[in-house]
Amino acid sequence: MTTGSTYQAVTANRLRDGVTVYFTALGAWSTAIGDAAHAEDATDLLAAAAAQPLEAVGAYVIAVEKADRGLRPVGLREQIRAFGPTV
Amino acid sequence: MYRYDEFDRRFLEERVAQYRGQVARRLNGQLTEEEFRPLRLRNGLYLQLHAYMLRVSIPYGTLSAEQVRMLAHVARKYDRGYGHFTTRQNIQYNWIKLDETPDLLADLATVEMHGIQTSGNCIRNITSDPFAGVAIDEIEDPRPYCEIIRQWSTLHPEFSWLPRKFKIAVSAALQDRAAVHVHDIGLYLKRSEAGEVGFEVLVGGGLGRTPIVGKVLRDFIPVRHLLSYLEAILRVYNAYGRRDNIYKARIKILVQALGVEKMRDAVEAEWAAMDHTPLDLAEETVAAIVRQFAPPAYAAAGADDEAALAASVEADADFARWVRHNVFPHKQPGYAVVTISLKPLGRPPGDASAEQLDLIADLSETHGFSEVRVTHEQNLVLPDVRRGDLAALYRALAAAGLGASNIGLASDIIACPGLDYCSLANARSIPVAERLGEHLAAREEEIGPMKIKISGCINACGHHHVGHIGILGVDKNGEEFYQITVGGSADENAAIGGIVGKAVPSEGVNGAVDKLLDVYMRLREDGEELPATYRRVGAEPFKEAVYGAV
Amino acid sequence: MVLYKNGAVVTDPWRHLEDDEDLPQVGPVTISWKRWLSERGSIARDPAELGVRAPNTVTAAEIGADAHRFGLIALFFPNFGDGRAFSQARVLRSRFGFTGELRATGSVLRDLLQFMQRCGIDAFEVSPRAIEENWFAALSEFDLFYQPAADNRPWIARQRLGATP
Ligand code: SF4
Repeated sequence: MTTGSTYQAVTANRLRDGVTVYFTALGAWSTAIGDAAHAEDATDLLAAAAAQPLEAVGAYVIAVEKADRGLRPVGLREQIRAFGPTV
Repeated sequence: MYRYDEFDRRFLEERVAQYRGQVARRLNGQLTEEEFRPLRLRNGLYLQLHAYMLRVSIPYGTLSAEQVRMLAHVARKYDRGYGHFTTRQNIQYNWIKLDETPDLLADLATVEMHGIQTSGNCIRNITSDPFAGVAIDEIEDPRPYCEIIRQWSTLHPEFSWLPRKFKIAVSAALQDRAAVHVHDIGLYLKRSEAGEVGFEVLVGGGLGRTPIVGKVLRDFIPVRHLLSYLEAILRVYNAYGRRDNIYKARIKILVQALGVEKMRDAVEAEWAAMDHTPLDLAEETVAAIVRQFAPPAYAAAGADDEAALAASVEADADFARWVRHNVFPHKQPGYAVVTISLKPLGRPPGDASAEQLDLIADLSETHGFSEVRVTHEQNLVLPDVRRGDLAALYRALAAAGLGASNIGLASDIIACPGLDYCSLANARSIPVAERLGEHLAAREEEIGPMKIKISGCINACGHHHVGHIGILGVDKNGEEFYQITVGGSADENAAIGGIVGKAVPSEGVNGAVDKLLDVYMRLREDGEELPATYRRVGAEPFKEAVYGAV
Repeated sequence: MVLYKNGAVVTDPWRHLEDDEDLPQVGPVTISWKRWLSERGSIARDPAELGVRAPNTVTAAEIGADAHRFGLIALFFPNFGDGRAFSQARVLRSRFGFTGELRATGSVLRDLLQFMQRCGIDAFEVSPRAIEENWFAALSEFDLFYQPAADNRPWIARQRLGATP
């Protein structure tokens, strides 16, 4: 799903505290989705992220789109992960 | 209630030390996530959407005031100030940090609590009747037997790596408040003709993807042989339960595949072949545990208690309503059992704040014997309240937002955490419950007893199959939809609800439930609850109401 | 692989034969369960020199019926979560009175060791990392147990009836 303005990014949970994190262009993890590195195809990003098993757990690729202020995940599950519970 | 002795305490210290080592090995990389996961799960620690989630065990739903205060402390120190009571009488914290969990578990251990076996493919927390020991319809307090099973199952070397999780429930009352028919093993306490205490053994009940009502495996097993008989069942399951498909791994699938007769033959053969003697329960062993659950020193009923209560009921309509729905008979004259609703309108079902927990701990001391119970319907119980104190208790609860008077009514909704927290979810549960509860509250007394249960996915933690009305979240191309079932029941007439038609979108849930309730109220006969009406009239009128002519 | 038995790392005296290898005249050897089934009528060997490698899908009763013919039974743990061999071990010890070596093979990890030992396993085939990481400390992580098992250690319910600790 890399059509139009949809991109791919890599997310995981931080090992130490379980917090949702995103893989950045600098090869680190950030809690802000705005910092996420994004690409048409995140295969390489995922490989780089998986090489850091002590930082984050269970890295996987998500779809993101550009929003008014930075990035926003596609789909409710990832929006809840990014922005918190709705209740 | 059961208090730890030296053995229990030392064991728990050893367990915390072991876990501390496991976390250290994970953080320094000696353990991979794959290796660590089953270890943390066996201490109740999950990784969810936003953080780790810790499930703390509340054996058979019984807590002391001191333990409730510890739950408040954990909420404050390690979480965001609240906890969530589950449908298996446990409590979960949603915002836990891995590196703080060893200290958290050490804190819990100081009040004889832990997260052992609240997750993983092992024997889980033993659940029971929240009114155990005080119910009027009880043969005997089932909790000593729950405690015996709890101890036997703790870190069982042979049965800690089963095909799938394994849940045992025990009930001893005419009315089944422990849902024993939908557990892997359900035990009904009864007496033989000779007066000996023992159990009817049900096997293979469960919810999830394949909901099944349990079948009778044995009419009577005396207490003395309880543990060896359980070992025989577990051994058969450990050897033959499926391990190739997670959805077919529960014992219910094995029982279904073999048929209950063959299952019985296999268990009986195993039981006959094993040497029972090491596991046979000596009378003194049982008696010592039974003594720990001896009834407290009840006072005689006050002469003016009933008159004062009647006057308060007369004077205060809110209190009167609370007495109608939240107060239950007690076997001791002059006392009542009080259920504290954790279902205030518009709030997540089953949540309690640290302040509320502290207050409830205090109230259990002023109005009782420092004991609190957790129900599988996600409410709390003060088991020993003097009837003359009910009005004072109500005022204290209401002032803290704990005065909801809806036990057993339409807004007393069971809901799992759903997509707001749970990594397995397909759809949200909590907002659906909040909206539906608010929507139905105005006519819930008119509707009468009503059990609405919501799960965010087919794992059925919200027990939707056995709700009078069940709501299951499904995902349709990224949109939240809800499949509705009707006619389920978790009591002694356990039944799995029937699907009424295709799933409705989120905003259609209230309307669909309204229509089902209209049909029920139109067709019900005297005192009939929805499952009985459903059994009598069938699914058609319900389907037709929601989806038009079929 | 490293073999741990009786509190020490030991060299494995057993030769583990492929199904097409001939049985040597003397010396301890193990064969597969499959081979045992097809050749048991013709194998006459001192149990001290015959072992079998049992998959975890064979029932303990089946192995138990022949257990007196073996000096070693190697049980297999295919992965962390598959606990069938715990039952096999316990039944072999408790019901069939097997007194030879019960060896854990396969996915034998630190945090399973004490469970295995309690079920009657007395030899552990582990990765060399076990030594660096001091896995065998796990065998004494607990000294109190809530149920009887094949190790004949007292369980708490019994200890309570005896003296106070
Ligand atoms: S039913 Fe599904 S969504 Fe709800 S808590 Fe269980 S696993 Fe999570």
